[in-house]
Amino acid sequence: MHEASHISEPLAAAPRHRASWFELARQHRVLLSSAFLLAFPLVMPFTALAVNILIYGLYALGFNLLFGYLGLLSFGHAALFGTGAYLCGIAIVHFGMPWYAAIVVGVLGGVAMAAAIGVLAIRTRGIYFAMVTMALSQCVYYLFYQAIDWTGGENGLRGINVREISIFGLKFDFIDPLTRYYVVAAFVILALIFLSRILASPFGAVIEAVRENEARARASGYNVTATRLIAFILSGAFCGLAGALQALHLSIVPIEIMHYETSGLAVMMSLLGGMGTFFGPFVGAAVFLLLENLVSLWTVHWQLFVGAVFMVCVLFFPKGIWGTLLQRVQK
Amino acid sequence: MAGLTLDLIGLQLFTGLALGAVYVLLAIGLSLIFGMLTVVNFAHGAFYMLGAYVGVYLLALGGNFWLCLVAVPIIVGTIGLVVERFLIRPLYGRGIDYPLLLTFGLSYVIVELVRIAFGKAGYPFDTPELLQGAVDIGIGYFPLYRLFVIAAAGVVLLGLWLFLERTSFGLIIRAGARDPQIVRVLGVDVARVWLVVFGIGTGIAALAGLLAAPLQGVIPEMGGPILVEAFVVTVVGGMGSLLGAVLAGLLVGVVVSLSSLFVPEMAKVSIFALMAIVLLIRPQGFFGRAGLMS
Repeated sequence: MHEASHISEPLAAAPRHRASWFELARQHRVLLSSAFLLAFPLVMPFTALAVNILIYGLYALGFNLLFGYLGLLSFGHAALFGTGAYLCGIAIVHFGMPWYAAIVVGVLGGVAMAAAIGVLAIRTRGIYFAMVTMALSQCVYYLFYQAIDWTGGENGLRGINVREISIFGLKFDFIDPLTRYYVVAAFVILALIFLSRILASPFGAVIEAVRENEARARASGYNVTATRLIAFILSGAFCGLAGALQALHLSIVPIEIMHYETSGLAVMMSLLGGMGTFFGPFVGAAVFLLLENLVSLWTVHWQLFVGAVFMVCVLFFPKGIWGTLLQRVQK
Repeated sequence: MAGLTLDLIGLQLFTGLALGAVYVLLAIGLSLIFGMLTVVNFAHGAFYMLGAYVGVYLLALGGNFWLCLVAVPIIVGTIGLVVERFLIRPLYGRGIDYPLLLTFGLSYVIVELVRIAFGKAGYPFDTPELLQGAVDIGIGYFPLYRLFVIAAAGVVLLGLWLFLERTSFGLIIRAGARDPQIVRVLGVDVARVWLVVFGIGTGIAALAGLLAAPLQGVIPEMGGPILVEAFVVTVVGGMGSLLGAVLAGLLVGVVVSLSSLFVPEMAKVSIFALMAIVLLIRPQGFFGRAGLMS
């Protein structure tokens, strides 16, 4: 078993003579990431965009746990993100639950959906996995689409109005963009702590062992199938949380959240940022959303640019922006 | 459900076969490309859509449908050749996920280029005059065009089978699927074989798009849902198996069509239920080789 501090990057690529400040930064990755996220809205022109980056970054982070660290490519994460959003919304709209309980419901929804999809998809391996998760998430899309009484169907789930957030007697105005940003950021930081803890645990080492050499991990006595399923479910928890926050942020859950293009978003953001890196998903989400916003000022055909940038990334920068940067610094 | 006769079920079965024929053509291209190149082509739906649009374009130029049947696969297949040569080839040997991710990005680019060229709204696509109307097939009247789609898919399959089984190039393709290394050692340029196979696969996808155009109209997003359905077919049939693609394609078409007759509210979900059952009982699909995907 490797030391905890070594496993945030691919095992094979960890040289011994690393700059000590780099090692220090790695040990305090949660602190540094949190500090950055807290200062982030100060440099952003629109706080609403910053909130989007936070939420999609969290979504991509959940995806990255599976793809970057375990090496399983899922094209069905929209189902996890969407279930989190819908269940959070349903809890508020249909059951009148308070916001914090609704978030818990959303996370549990993501977990349950991940367990259901995972049990089926884990039975296949390699390239099948992407196809099966994509197909199953499309199935979930149709199910939510048809449950009009609960989800609003094509119109989306409306009326998730959370105006005020109170924690331990303190009341926060959730309408104010900056306050909203920091409320969401608090949850994202909790998720970062949780992720860092997972990655630093023995289980985190097993995850990366499975990615690097499945046969060897199996021969060492690890249950590869169970590892995959657990990682998928954990990924569902992160994506469910992201979905729940998205529902609170938008006040509506559009049916497009379940669309397979939303699954594609996680793939694109994760790869753009740098898969298998701790902070990469946020970099990817920021670059993707900024690109989308900037290019769409100029042309409605922003998907052309996003697709092209993604292809260039696959061809020439498979480590992504953050991953390439880390590699440069490391040398 | 008054009037639910055996004849009606029979007609619905035929409708399912016509739909299945389109699935078969898509899945066979996917399977062929995967069997040779171990590339899952996420742009397959985009090439399908491109086939329909090239058809629209050629018809607007004054071509007729029969000419399109020949020209569309050749034009889109040529685009496929360029894509394989310049975009996918650099990625061989870099892990199975990279070509998949690349074609995923490519599908965005193709769809958006089509939106720029043809607009976001769709086009109607008239059934060719000669194939309009319905014929009596013994159990009732059935649209002639749907029969034509089934027949056309049959002809393509026969042609593909003859090409693979009866030509020397087909022999090389089959050998390349089994063991590319040995084929390379024997002095065959495997890269060229892969190039041709990718072109054939995308060409067949384009033909499927053209054949489906009169049935469902033409919109830039038409490749999305059908790609997912083609994946279901491939998973059910077994990746890399051509026979599996044919049988599973027809089965999925029939399941869609019959479930929309009996349980319309479940029609969209039925094929995923089918896939889930297959995954639970036989994860490698009907004709898939166990261990191929590991």
